[in-house]
Parts: sequence; C-alpha cells; structure tokens
Amino acid sequence: MTTFRIKRFNPEKQPDPYWEEIDYDIPDGATLLDCLNDIKWTMDGTLSYRMSCRSAICGSCGMKANGHALLACQRQAEHLIKEGTDSITIEPMGNMPVVKDLVVDMEPFWDKVNQVKPFLKEEGERPEKERRQSPAEFKLIDDASTCIMCGCCYSDCNTLEVDKNFLGPAALAKAQRFVQDSRDTATNERIRELSESGGIWDCTHCAECVERCPKPAKPMDRIKEMMGVAIEEGVTNNNGARHALSFVKSVKHSGRVNENTLPLESMGYFNVKGLMELVPVGLRMLLKGKIPPIIHKNIDDVEDVRRIFRELGE
Amino acid sequence: MIKHDVLIVGAGLAGMRAAIECCEDLSVGLLTKVYPSRSHSGAAQGGIAAALGNSEDDSWEEHMFDTIKGGDYLNDQDAVEEYVKAAPRIIYELEHFGCVFSRMADGRIAQRSFGGHSKPRACFSADRTGHAILHALHEQLMKRGKEIRIYNEWYLHSLIVEEDQCHGVVVSNVKTGEVEIIQAKSVIFATGGYGRVFKITTNAYASTADGAIAAFNAGVPLEDPEFVQFHPSGLYRQGILFSEAARGEGGYLLNGKGERFMEAYAPARMELAPRDIVSRAEQSEIDAGRGWNGEGCIALDLRHLGEARIMERLPQIRQLGIDFIGVDCIKAPLPIQPSAHYSMGGIPTDMFGQVILNKDKAPLKGFFAAGECACVSVHGGNRLGTNSLLDATVFGERTGKSAAEHARSVGFGQINEGREKAGVLKQIEEIFQRTGTESYNDIRNTMKDTMMEQCGVFRDSGKLNECLKQIKLLQEKFKKGKVTDKGKVFNTELFEIIELGNMLKMAEIITVGALNREESRGGHYRTDFPKRDDDKFLNHTLVHKDGDQLKLDKKPVVITKYPPKERTY
Repeated sequence: MTTFRIKRFNPEKQPDPYWEEIDYDIPDGATLLDCLNDIKWTMDGTLSYRMSCRSAICGSCGMKANGHALLACQRQAEHLIKEGTDSITIEPMGNMPVVKDLVVDMEPFWDKVNQVKPFLKEEGERPEKERRQSPAEFKLIDDASTCIMCGCCYSDCNTLEVDKNFLGPAALAKAQRFVQDSRDTATNERIRELSESGGIWDCTHCAECVERCPKPAKPMDRIKEMMGVAIEEGVTNNNGARHALSFVKSVKHSGRVNENTLPLESMGYFNVKGLMELVPVGLRMLLKGKIPPIIHKNIDDVEDVRRIFRELGE
Repeated sequence: MIKHDVLIVGAGLAGMRAAIECCEDLSVGLLTKVYPSRSHSGAAQGGIAAALGNSEDDSWEEHMFDTIKGGDYLNDQDAVEEYVKAAPRIIYELEHFGCVFSRMADGRIAQRSFGGHSKPRACFSADRTGHAILHALHEQLMKRGKEIRIYNEWYLHSLIVEEDQCHGVVVSNVKTGEVEIIQAKSVIFATGGYGRVFKITTNAYASTADGAIAAFNAGVPLEDPEFVQFHPSGLYRQGILFSEAARGEGGYLLNGKGERFMEAYAPARMELAPRDIVSRAEQSEIDAGRGWNGEGCIALDLRHLGEARIMERLPQIRQLGIDFIGVDCIKAPLPIQPSAHYSMGGIPTDMFGQVILNKDKAPLKGFFAAGECACVSVHGGNRLGTNSLLDATVFGERTGKSAAEHARSVGFGQINEGREKAGVLKQIEEIFQRTGTESYNDIRNTMKDTMMEQCGVFRDSGKLNECLKQIKLLQEKFKKGKVTDKGKVFNTELFEIIELGNMLKMAEIITVGALNREESRGGHYRTDFPKRDDDKFLNHTLVHKDGDQLKLDKKPVVITKYPPKERTY
C-alpha cells in the first residue's frame, strides 16, 4: 500500500489548500497518471487534473511529484516512492496560480511564450518549393522543436521564483528555435531583444529546467546556445554579455576570475549610473572583509589554461 | 452572447489551418477543450504524404491510385484527386510557415516509405511529424494573435440549427463552469476521432466523439462509421503508438516462432502493406496461438536498423519504449498489438467541407467539418499512413475558405438564446440529480472491452448483435450513475460523464453500421462475409437519427479514374 499525499484545493469549498492522504495499491507497471485516474474513477471523482494523450506528447499532465515537476503519464508510480517511506507527494506545478487541485492557470506561461515572437520571420518572396535547409542546420533547431509546452521547466525555474519578469526556460527554448533557424531573417533583432532584462542573461544556469524537461528540448542548453549567438552577432552592449566576456578574458589571462574587475567590466567602465549602484555593495563587502586581494595573481599552471584557449581556436 | 463570423471547434491541424484561412477579414473564434498544442494531431509520428518526388520520381496519379486501392475503392475519387493534387503545395506552405522537416543532404525535404504507398512520399520530422506541424500552425496563430480569439478549455455541448441553417454552438467554459452560446454565421467542426470507444487505442483520452454526436443530435447523419482503423503497432495492452515509420525504416514484424509472418499475407509489400491487412495478419497470428512469447502480442523488431539510424529517425519511439515498458528497441523487440487508431467515417461533407444531410447531398447551410471528424471521403474503407495529416491540412484550408465565403455572404440569424441554453443546463442538472448506484467507470470499461472484442479487427453477426445488446444495456445503466463533483470550477468529472454518453451513442452507431455491411472491405472485416461485395456494398453508409432509433441509408461512391479491382499486396 502506498500513501498518495495530494495537495487539494477547491476555491468553491474553502479558500486554502490542504493535504489529503489516500492509500492506494499501485498496480504493476502503472504510471502515476494511471494511478490518479484509478483514484478519480473509483474513489474520489472530485480530484481534478489535466491529462490527454498519456504518451508524453500533449504536455497536459504536468504536476509535481516529491517536489519536482514531471509528466504524470511518463513515470512509473513505483519509481516515485520516496526512499525509506511508502508515500508519494503530489502537488500542482509551481510559479503559476492554482485553479483547482493539480490544475494551474497556464496564462502566465503562454504570455511569456508570446513575448518571444514565436513564429518564423520571413523576408521577400517565398520560393516556389521548399527553402533549402541542410541536415546540420536542421540539427540546430531539432532539440528545441521537441518542446511540448508542458510547463515543467517553468514550474521549477529558480530564477522565475524570484523574478517574475524572467521569460522562463520554455519561452527561451522556443526563441532559440527561431534564433538559430537558417530560414529566419531576424536573428540579430531577436537576439537584441532577448539580451534585455528578463532574457537570456538572467538565467542562473542552475540546470533545474534540464533536469525537469521530459523531452530533448533542455531549455538551459538552448539558452547557452543563444548566448553564443549573441557574442557572434556582436550584441554585447549589455551587462550579461559583458560579464561573460570579462569572465573569459580574466580566465584566459590568469587562469581564474578577477573578482575586482568582473563587476566593473560587467557594468561597463563608462556606465556611471551602473557603477554607482555597485558602491554600496562594495562598501558592505569592505566592512565584512570580503574584498578580494587588490593584486590579482595568476594560477601556477596558467600556461595550461592558455593552451586550452589556443587549442579551441581562440 | 459571444458572436463570431466563423467559429471553429477543435484546434488540431484541421481547425488551426481553417482559422488561418478565414481570419484576414472576419472575426474568428477557435474553441478547444484542451489547448491547441495539446490537440491529438500532435501525436501523429511518421509523416505527411505528398508526391514531391524528392527521393524518387513520383506523381499525384500514383498517390491517388495508392490511396484508392488502400481504401478498398470506397473513396470518392473526385475528392481524392483534389486532395493529392493539393498535397505538394500544402507541404511547401507548411515549410514556409516554418515547420521543421528532416532534410536530405542537398537541403530538400526528406521522404520515406510508408505502408500502402508505392513510392517514398512521407515527408517527416524525425518521428514527431504531427507535433512539428501542430506547433508550426500554432506559431502562425500566435503570429495572428489579434485576429483569432482562442477559447482554451471550452467544451462543446450542442450545435444550434434552426430552419435548416446552422447558427452557432452551446458550450461550457471548463474553468468557470458557465454555459454560453456562441453565435456564428459559419461553424466548422474539427473535433477529431473517437478511438476511446475501444479498449486498446492509440487515441488520447480527449478523442471521445463530442463533435460527431453533436452533429448527429442536430440531425446530421454519420457516414461510414463502421470503418475504424486498427493500427498494427500500438503498445501491447496499452495502445501507445509506435509509428509505422518503424516499419517504413525497415523494421520487422515477428510472431512467436520468430517468423516474418507477413510473407504469408502480403508477400509483395511485407511489413509495408496497408494497416488493415497488417493488423488482421497480426490478429490471425495471435488468435492461432503464435503470439510473441506465447502472449497476445507481436514483436516489432528494429535491432538490425542499428543505433545510429534509430537515434536519427526514430528517437521518440525509442524513448517511449524505455519510459513505458522499460524496453530499449536498440537491444530488444517491442511488444505490439492492433490498436484502434483512426475513424475513416464521420460527419459527411462534400469536397469543400460543406456538411451534407443526405444521399442527395443537401447542404446544412453554415455548417462545415474537416479532419478526422469529417468523412469526405478521401480514405474510403481504410486510410493509408501519412494521409491523415494531409487530410487535416488540405481540408482544413479548403473548409476554412468555404466557411469564410459563406460568412461573408450572410448576416447573423435569429436564435432563441434562452431555449438553447436551457436545454444544455437541463442536461447538466439531470446528471447532477442522478442518485443511482451504477459506476461510470464500470460502464466505460465494459463498453471499451465489448467494442474491442465484439466489434474489433474481426467481426461477425453473432458478435455484433451481442455487442449492440450490451451497448444498449450500458446506455440504460448510464442513466443510473451518480456524480461526486457538483462544483462549477474545472469539473472534469462532469465532462467525462458527458463524453461517456457521447461514446455510448457512437459505439451503437459503429456497431449498427458494421452489422449492416455484410461484406469485408478495408478496415471492416466480417468473418461471416469474408469477400468484398461490390454489387451490394460499393456505397457509403449513412446512419440517420430517427427519434431514439437509427435509420440506415446508402450514398453512392464517386468513381472517376480507377474502377474497382481485386486488392492484393
């Protein structure tokens, strides 16, 4: 017998969510969705959640099990039983308002997707037949195009939790699908917009979205690819790109990050307003004795690091 | 009351393509009980057919002939001709929309072989072609965000027909539970299929015949309902789809003795015979005790394709095998069985998507249908793989055009809003009031078991009569259930019950059609009438509503280029 701890919420009945424990025998080979369906259809018809294809392609049944977002149809329930217990904890996805039980309001998610202008931008006459695209060019957008918009990455995104302005992993993965599509004519314009606040440089690289993504879309990897495009396209007049470039420059030079120049170079030496914003932080660090040594030393084997850069052609 | 010039129900390939076609100068509403990106079109894997001739010379005539032979000559050939001729243009348009296609070395769209097609003409995006097209069309909707109003998670109850004209629909907003009327000059149904009537199905839980039954209740007959396609490679016991592309890429089907048994059934085409033939062969092997591992399944063996090919062309089905049964098809065969997959029949339309009311093709003005819910009929008695995505896209476009033209030519009609709303509210109230002891879950399971066993791959009059009796019994039990959720907000239990009611009606209609057709043709096989009978049955079935009864009628098949011949592979 397994205890399903399910977070219930019904705004018509009571204003706050509550936990319900249901004891249930998991049949052999049953997915989490199979279990929920059986519970709904034989024990409690009021339990509400979304589901449709039950084959991990429609993206309806995103929810949290044991604190992490997943597709209920894609996981064997037995594999979800917490070690040392007989229970599985089920909650609605995060970073979105709850409508009822495990159903969340997806509108914030779709608003972000819409913000990245998620459609091919063309110029001029369309050819009579297909546009040519090499298998290698197809490969660049293949992974991003597997996204099923389930919201699992959005649910567990750590940046979104503290910054509602962040576009979020799914929308950014969708953006990459066009930024690197050989048929799209707005690469530079797109990457400029994506380099603004809330865009690619606000990702903290925690890799949570890569862990949660049920498909090969893996948003953080796509975000990194776009950072590369931003540098190639010369869209570097922003804190994020300057930070990355300063980081690389310092490592290449000394084998490690120069923590004194990094914030200054990220802001830009001529960005007086931005630099002024650093002053209070700097003073606090000074008072706590956290200021790094003024003289930045090279690591012992810096020549090895430089050789790596040379090998990589840069 | 909400008003739109054109209201489309269903946001899969057909619905979205129709919306794109009519949104330029008209107010368009697009209603879906899920979200557009959750539509079942996205589950299609293997490809979309068009005679592009990219890898071998090909022509629309060959595509037309293959489609008609595949359909066992029940296709309306005038419609098939329009359809295959439109195919290359439709593919290029999808490509221009930004759809992601797998490519040849020279950058053209890659094409692969598929069952029943004599040339490699399946354009594809790895093994997620439906997904790629669905998202490309969704992107086009997002591009036209201001022009198309999308109603996500709204449920269709009924069609409003007055004085031989369609005026709109009665719907529920699932999130609030409110019943609303949407008035429209043109209504398009693109509501998909009804595979959920059967126990083992590749279809989503949402594929429940809502559209077909709403049309039927409004006086529209259903055409060829007995023609249900069983896909040869649904996952054993579950029906989860493993694309025919697995065989298109060279996969083998093996019985329990390790034999490629298709040799005995379709020696010329082997594993790439049309689906009806492969599914019957599989079921025959299973019934004869030659199932894989002595069980009720067949082995789909891909091991000889090698890891590289599988990872490039079939990555999704490999992952499905790993996730759902812990089998990696690079190392071991996948257990499969015939699974209800596609409804060739549906709401009868002409080749412009106009819904017709009888064998004389009298139109129901203002009402259109496209995609799997419609029966044009381009698929006849059996649809070829990769022809459904094409159907949805081609007829989505054509139907969108027809609906737009109609909407431009008329004004809004008069509807009795109070009466229409009250009818649906009464139906919902009646469900809430039920105090019986019957379990809806048991009723649903019994229906699915019965349809699978008695009205499945092999049928006969004994089984079908038994099936009909059981379904009618279940319809009575259905009235004696009980609801636990009586709330308004996101009441999925209520909508599942209404869906079950629709499916019970659909099951009856399928069975009656199957009983009536005393021959074997395409996906419909009667062991008591194992031959095709062109003298008696070279015509479409029409099932009309006659009070609580069903009335059968026949509609002639349109034959232009290819007179019926014996069908062997």
